[in-house]
Amino acid sequence: MAPEMNTMKNDPILKVEHLSMRFGGLMAINDFSFEAQRGEITALIGPNGAGKTTVFNCVTGFYKPTMGMISMTQKSGKTFLLERMADFEITKDARVARTFQNIRLFTGLTVLENLLVAQHNTLMRASGYTFLGLFGLPAYKKAEAESIELARHWLEKADLTDRADDPAGDLPYGAQRRLEIARAMCTEPEFLCLDEPAAGLNPRESLALNTLLTGIRRETGTSILLIEHDMSVVMEISDHVVVLEYGQKISDGTPDHVKNDPKVIAAYLGVEDEEVEEVIEEIEEIEEEGKH
Amino acid sequence: MEYFIQQLVNGLTLGSIYGLIAIGYTMVYGIIGMINFAHGDIFMLGGFAALIIFLVLTSVFVGLPTVLLLLLMMAAAMLTAALWNWTIEKVAYRPLRGSFRLAPLITAIGMSITLSNFVQVTQGPRNKPIPPLVSSVYNVFGISISLKQIVIVVLTTVLLTVFWYVVNKTALGRAQRATEQDRKMAALLGIDVDRTISITFIMGAGLAAVAGTMYLMYYGVVVFTDGFIPGVKAFTAAVLGGIGSLPGAVIGGLLIGLIESLWSAYFTIDYKDVATFSILAIVLIFKPSGIFGRPEVEKV
Repeated sequence: MAPEMNTMKNDPILKVEHLSMRFGGLMAINDFSFEAQRGEITALIGPNGAGKTTVFNCVTGFYKPTMGMISMTQKSGKTFLLERMADFEITKDARVARTFQNIRLFTGLTVLENLLVAQHNTLMRASGYTFLGLFGLPAYKKAEAESIELARHWLEKADLTDRADDPAGDLPYGAQRRLEIARAMCTEPEFLCLDEPAAGLNPRESLALNTLLTGIRRETGTSILLIEHDMSVVMEISDHVVVLEYGQKISDGTPDHVKNDPKVIAAYLGVEDEEVEEVIEEIEEIEEEGKH
Repeated sequence: MEYFIQQLVNGLTLGSIYGLIAIGYTMVYGIIGMINFAHGDIFMLGGFAALIIFLVLTSVFVGLPTVLLLLLMMAAAMLTAALWNWTIEKVAYRPLRGSFRLAPLITAIGMSITLSNFVQVTQGPRNKPIPPLVSSVYNVFGISISLKQIVIVVLTTVLLTVFWYVVNKTALGRAQRATEQDRKMAALLGIDVDRTISITFIMGAGLAAVAGTMYLMYYGVVVFTDGFIPGVKAFTAAVLGGIGSLPGAVIGGLLIGLIESLWSAYFTIDYKDVATFSILAIVLIFKPSGIFGRPEVEKV
């Protein structure tokens, strides 16, 4: 369906197959399949209410899908069936991290603590489930120093080092977005899901976000799946775009391919399938007129 | 003046015990937003466990050093209470999580009645006495301070320090605070929320059991109804301090202890509970979220 796909290497990290999600009588996702390649930024776009966040919620264990299979293959070759796992296991074992449309930081904890909470399992194991840690075991001291080091690394990347000890709730909006991504990265994920990371950001903050995301991909090789409405972000940073409308996939390919797909244009302008051709003709006519 | 200071000392001792129990109420409320009404009975169970292990130990080994005896009593009490509280959470509260708000509350009252009746049936309805373990009394500037009181205050201080450290400085404490703020998000960061909640119940029960042991040592008797009044007072302390706040629980506990002993000293002892609860009512009228409580502000 997408001829431009041949530029991609075929090493999918996430495979969603025949995913369906039904809420009572509402079919939010209907037989939706796509793949996200390892080391790439995949964007999931579509009009409001298309079911993008529902797909995310299924991938990260928020919802149990009505039908379908979501498999994730780690670098080591280990495969997890995400739809069968509890939400905390998806982070802990499969190493999938996510952020939310509306920011969900622990506002009462400091910026640094937010990043340390994300390393909870490493620290718990090192501290012998707290009891041994109380007696200042050297292994725990070392693990703690390491986790602070990792937190510091991401604080620097997110440009938040000087705010490390402030409550997370006191940060400006753009900084909170970056902190959320830094926190997700502290879980050391192989696959990072971002739900509208650029929502509500001003152009300068949006630029800082692009730098952070491309930096993450370049330096850690983490694969990213993002939902985004801001097309400048999508077209700028993603390698692969999947378009969803009314719970079904309507286009899949490189940003350029998707941008010119008549179905996508129609979806964003909101017309019936049968009228697609008409609309494209109309657009062309308008463009012609504009030239004159 | 001496009389006044004497009453302060007594109030401080009583307040320490209330404070230790109150922490269990406030932590559980903080993390899952329910009042564990069975917590007072967990405290009473702790007292009974301590008494039973005391009777067993003193009949088997004669002349055991008091310090060791006290430590073993506390350990037994903590273990029993923790096990009970953990089980209660697992069988009675966890299945109701996500149900409407009143359901776990009513279940908690049910568990409270179950526990006190269980103890009544198995241990009998009469007061169970324990011989005085530590009886030395020191006289400092005309104020008599018993060794019991010193033990209680020192032990409370130590426990609160350890507790403060765990909650504020360790990975477990961070996980608890994170779970308290956003349970779902905490799970998404790889925190096993159910286990964290279980640990919170265990920690609260441990502190209540120590309080139970000290209460037994202080008053020399324990009875199956003992969970009720101290439980309600500790709950009052938690509300007074601001439910959900740890320093609030301790300060609230101390305040209740002081109010109670000062009222009994200067007015009639019959009305000491009335005084305590009246002050709670007054504080709640002027500061509904308690002394340290954060008022819930909804952002629009």
